[in-house]
Amino acid sequence: MTVNITLLVVMGVLVAVGVYLILERSLTRVMLGLMMLANGANILLLATGGAAGLAPLYDADIPAGEYNDPLPQALILTSIVISFAVTAFMLGIIYRSWVLGRQDEVQDDIEDRRVANQPSFDAEDDTAIPVETTEFVTPEDADERPAAPKTRVRGQE
Amino acid sequence: MNAASLAPLAVVLPFLGAAFAFILIRRPVAQRTVAITTLALTLSVELLMLWSAWTQGVQAVFLGGWVPPFGISLVVDELSSLMLVISSAVSLAVLVYASGQGMADGDEDGPISIFHPTYLILVAGVSNAFLTGDLFNLYVGFEILLTASYVLMTMGGTGPRVRAGVTYVVVSVISSMLFLLSIAMIYAATGTINMADLAVKLAELDDSTQMILHLMLVVAFGIKAAVFPLSFWLPDSYPTAPAPVTAVFAGLLTKVGVYALIRTETLLFPGDRINTFLMIIALLTMVVGILGALAQIDIKRMLSFTLVSHIGYMVFGLAMSSVVGLGSTMYYVAHHITVQTSLFLVAGLIERRGGTSNMDRLGGMAKLSPLLAILYFVPAMNLAGIPPFSGFLGKLGLLQGGVDLATPVSYTLVIGSVVTSLLTLMAMARVWNRAFWRTPEDAEHPDPVLLASKPDGSTLRTSKYVTDKPTGRFSGRGTIHLLPKSMVGATMGLVALGVALTVFAGPLFQLSDQGARAMLERTPYIEAVLGTGAVQGVEQ
Repeated sequence: MTVNITLLVVMGVLVAVGVYLILERSLTRVMLGLMMLANGANILLLATGGAAGLAPLYDADIPAGEYNDPLPQALILTSIVISFAVTAFMLGIIYRSWVLGRQDEVQDDIEDRRVANQPSFDAEDDTAIPVETTEFVTPEDADERPAAPKTRVRGQE
Repeated sequence: MNAASLAPLAVVLPFLGAAFAFILIRRPVAQRTVAITTLALTLSVELLMLWSAWTQGVQAVFLGGWVPPFGISLVVDELSSLMLVISSAVSLAVLVYASGQGMADGDEDGPISIFHPTYLILVAGVSNAFLTGDLFNLYVGFEILLTASYVLMTMGGTGPRVRAGVTYVVVSVISSMLFLLSIAMIYAATGTINMADLAVKLAELDDSTQMILHLMLVVAFGIKAAVFPLSFWLPDSYPTAPAPVTAVFAGLLTKVGVYALIRTETLLFPGDRINTFLMIIALLTMVVGILGALAQIDIKRMLSFTLVSHIGYMVFGLAMSSVVGLGSTMYYVAHHITVQTSLFLVAGLIERRGGTSNMDRLGGMAKLSPLLAILYFVPAMNLAGIPPFSGFLGKLGLLQGGVDLATPVSYTLVIGSVVTSLLTLMAMARVWNRAFWRTPEDAEHPDPVLLASKPDGSTLRTSKYVTDKPTGRFSGRGTIHLLPKSMVGATMGLVALGVALTVFAGPLFQLSDQGARAMLERTPYIEAVLGTGAVQGVEQ
């Protein structure tokens, strides 16, 4: 199989630019990055078809090796349609995000922050259960135990 | 005639249903009927296919009459038909639940009317991904279901959903691009994208090329299946969607990724090249996922983390590449789809009845609705792997496979699985203790709907006596049912399906072992597509 170096270089540049843009925080740039990435993938698919040849319309006189490989082109066509739909959707959602929040940036998840900042002590799970060694507690003993908020000592109520 | 020739119907029927539902967009009742009928029909076709795959083994159908390896072939084997049946049954239950919610709330117009067509397209995409025997068609199947899921995820376009939707779309598109790049590289290396043909031709490549192609596919599918460290998008994006949508995503979408991983590991790249690596990844997925779950306060987020964690079990079974391991994985996937979806549906019911899914603010649900408590308890114990439920049986199979393998890594995995299972139980028990067992008075700032009761002191069934703020969720909507029969009924059906997986575990394990054996052997699949005699070059 012959490989077209120009196509590969273009593919590499597109993917590199795409990755760079995806790492930005601005949503529009992320979307442009995804488009670059999709185009890079399409060009790689095109490169897999080998050297350019004749249109793949069957003619008994032409030897099989002279035709172009039609399959990668069919794949590219499908993937162009798909990335078109996804780009349209992304544009819509970015516009919506701008309408709602007046900003074109990836936003933080508030719940994430809250979970990260919560104290490791949990009143429900981690409160120490006071030890009761005996059921027969004298009133003097019970008075000496102030740190037992939820314990009810039997016989005192 | 064999039942495999019915295979295209599993994709075509939901698409036709979607078209009809779209035409009926102004007539909600008719739309709902069309959608439910379509899914019921699809399910019955798929049951026929399952029966046929069970009795006759792998079958293939060639679309448009193109002889393989040209054209697209659909392949019905034990794995794909089991996945189809379970996924259709689950999506039917979720559809009934969602329709019930729509009917109960009376929001008949508005953007929700695109729910039914989009949902059916999602099902068509899932079916296509399960059935296809062509790598590029698998990509198309993924894109169909993902595009539908983008719409479902951002339905209504509220602030949090748009925020979550952006992350979800970007991550999904990146994984699809990786998949597309690997397809291009595979085509460049072998000149084919038919999976059976690839199974023969990939083995002829030199080892380093195989390794690159293999890892690219694993990363692409790993993002979709939410395998650690590619799982961080999931708990961020799933919980904000509407309850039925989250439920169906949790059940199906990651499992399509797992399915693709299974096919990659068994059909395309057999052998134990990256098995140890996969096992370590599986362990990390389990442990990191479940530790994340324990830190959560929101029930839906907690469930999303357990979802990630239990993907680890499936990767573990897959990485064993033994009949026991792979068979248990098949069973485990079926179990997990059902149970995780029913838990998310129950979480939706809890949110509806208790006014919030924040477990600090919930309490006393067991007294308010004992039925809801049972509906939570059964799948929760099932997920945690308490005998006699299906979660226990699946995990038992996995542990047995791990012990049979008898390597240090597999023993570590066995211990890790048991610990994860216990921690899952703990996470489930936290919700149970807070939301169901304690009194509502113990909760922090409970929603008014938790404390309200009828004037005679009995529990509420509708929102009639709830004194709500003017901005609250009940204001200006008349009286709505707190626990509509159709929603509870759909959840009950799904919980019952989960229990049925336990009752019929014997035949199911027989099926999954038979499927696993065929998958590891590989010849049945390849011969079904390429015809007998195509396998001389295949190393066993």
